[in-house]
Amino acid sequence: MGLTLSQKVWNAHIVSASEGNTPDLLYVDLHLVHEVTSPQAFDGLRAAGRKVRRPELTVATEDHNVPTLDINKPIADPISRAQVEALRTNCDEFGITRYSLGNKEQGIVHVVGPQLGLTQPGMTIVCGDSHTSTHGAFGALAFGIGTSEVEHVLATQTLPLKMFKTMAITVNNKLPEGVTAKDLILTIIAKIGTGGGQGYVLEYRGEAVRSLSMEGRMTMCNMSIEAGARAGMIAPDETTFAYIKDKDLAPKGTDWDKAVAYWKTLPTDPDAVFDNEVIIDASTLSPFVTWGTNPGQGLPLTGSVPNPKDITDPGERVAAERALEYMALTPGTKLKDIEIDTVFLGSCTNGRIEDLRAAAAIIEGKQIAKTLKMIVVPGSARVRLQAESEGLDKVFLGAGAEWRSAGCSMCLGMNPDKLSKGERAASTSNRNFEGRQGPGGRTHLVSPQVAAATALVGHLAAPSDL
Amino acid sequence: MEAFIRHTGIGAPLRRGNVDTDQIIPAEYLKRITRHGYEDALFKAWRDDDAFLLNHPIYKNATVLVAGPEFGTGSSREHAVWALMDYGFKAVISPRFADIFRGNSGKGGLLTAQVTDEVTEQLWQYLEAKPGAEITVDLESEQITFGSNSVQFDIDPYVRWRLLEGLDDVGITMQQLDKISEFEQKRPSWSPKTTV
Ligand code: SF4
Repeated sequence: MGLTLSQKVWNAHIVSASEGNTPDLLYVDLHLVHEVTSPQAFDGLRAAGRKVRRPELTVATEDHNVPTLDINKPIADPISRAQVEALRTNCDEFGITRYSLGNKEQGIVHVVGPQLGLTQPGMTIVCGDSHTSTHGAFGALAFGIGTSEVEHVLATQTLPLKMFKTMAITVNNKLPEGVTAKDLILTIIAKIGTGGGQGYVLEYRGEAVRSLSMEGRMTMCNMSIEAGARAGMIAPDETTFAYIKDKDLAPKGTDWDKAVAYWKTLPTDPDAVFDNEVIIDASTLSPFVTWGTNPGQGLPLTGSVPNPKDITDPGERVAAERALEYMALTPGTKLKDIEIDTVFLGSCTNGRIEDLRAAAAIIEGKQIAKTLKMIVVPGSARVRLQAESEGLDKVFLGAGAEWRSAGCSMCLGMNPDKLSKGERAASTSNRNFEGRQGPGGRTHLVSPQVAAATALVGHLAAPSDL
Repeated sequence: MEAFIRHTGIGAPLRRGNVDTDQIIPAEYLKRITRHGYEDALFKAWRDDDAFLLNHPIYKNATVLVAGPEFGTGSSREHAVWALMDYGFKAVISPRFADIFRGNSGKGGLLTAQVTDEVTEQLWQYLEAKPGAEITVDLESEQITFGSNSVQFDIDPYVRWRLLEGLDDVGITMQQLDKISEFEQKRPSWSPKTTV
């Protein structure tokens, strides 16, 4: 029997195989580090007198807890500043490359890896961040880990793990015009639920997935965790190779040829069997938004706020009631009638150059609604520089939006960019949990295109509504 | 890590599903760089509400949390485990746990006992009928005892073994350094490095 993509990558990294109940010990090719989930891990190393085994397979950036304004001044919040400084000292002490605020490689950890060419097919990639699944877009097995595991990888460059089960998500046919990777992944999560992927690595396949750009593929894999899956993967193909080629840390010369030859062996064998399969018809999809407080609570933008009474599953009914109360929404309200206070364009889900271009194309020459504010936060310093060289910053600023420096920003309520109590956002990020973007804040997850259209009219809208 | 054999303590019936890690501990508290001292942050937003379960004096010393499905979804923050443990919880019972949360719990010494939806409902009803009642979670026999009832729970056998022995993973892996070095010899020369 053939093997799936994830099984091939897994098998190629087994340092010592499972015996009975023990897990496999898996080698880690790349360990991404950021300021929030690492300080306690470095403390653990120090306490045990251990070193970082392979600093050259480790890289750090500052993203979660940094401001996106005045980045050349010291960080105002002393607790945040201490955390960022701890990362700097730890990296310097243990010999780890770090990209600090002001460096042109600084940015959200999941934007930085791919743009440097560090993220490549067939690798194992981990980071103390659940959206590490993003890197699966390249055919890497990439997943988030906790701080104890961060310490484990720093010390040993390995992780003890049990093989994930495999689930194929096959998306047949083409996405209709104006429907994006974000709409697709939100639709998938609504279909399989926030626990549907638990224990699985998802492999996205089919015509619609093959025709996505690398950016679109990253958006999809990024949100695999919101369906409960540790990882999402897409088989590498010519689109993947073209994206990686000539990136700073990509293989060069004959190494490139060897690498590509290997990468071509990775796609799932025709006779491989998945533990589970979900089939989606892309041609039926349309722009999709969330109305509730978990990423599975979403609907096509043409729909209305659901009535919990119509939900048969008792657990989901209660969850919907709670969500509507928190979101201050009434059943039956048209989603397009929901008025928005803040539009957030950014994050590791949709803060790449293609996302900014898509939104700018809709906004160009127009003004955002007077009733709302829009903040645009590039996913990395490089994305910001690229956008500025294309004049996108002028488009956003000219429309009345704010143009920021790179970071996680309003994706999570940790740095100065937060929603206030009761404020309602259309956000291109990935989580609409209660308080995620700030205590009491309300989040509707949307694509960059919907975010841009919404910014122009003041309520949830698709570009086709303009 | 302290070994976990069996524990008896006050059960807190948290009738909610999809308790994500942003609810368990909001990002604001992740700025700290310590491994302890997160008890004040646990369920922060909910604790501001007087009616919230843990604000009831009976549950001040609760040590076993019984929650709905998809407990611990979302962010990988291990602070969620630290906050639960700092508050005093020794075990969480739920029909389904998010993978990363369950992994993190095993590392920190917090027991995650998986039961069916029906058993969760039974436990909730039992604890709601007798607020402040104790339940016993026995890792050796993989059983939860409440009143005169005993039910089985599920836990990964390897995690169970590590918890029973109180073993820490890094120490276990350090015994395999030879194999790691051997593996490293075989890695392709073009594998990326973070420094040029
Ligand atoms: S942008 Fe959001 S989801 Fe992505 S790494 Fe930052 S906080 Fe996490």
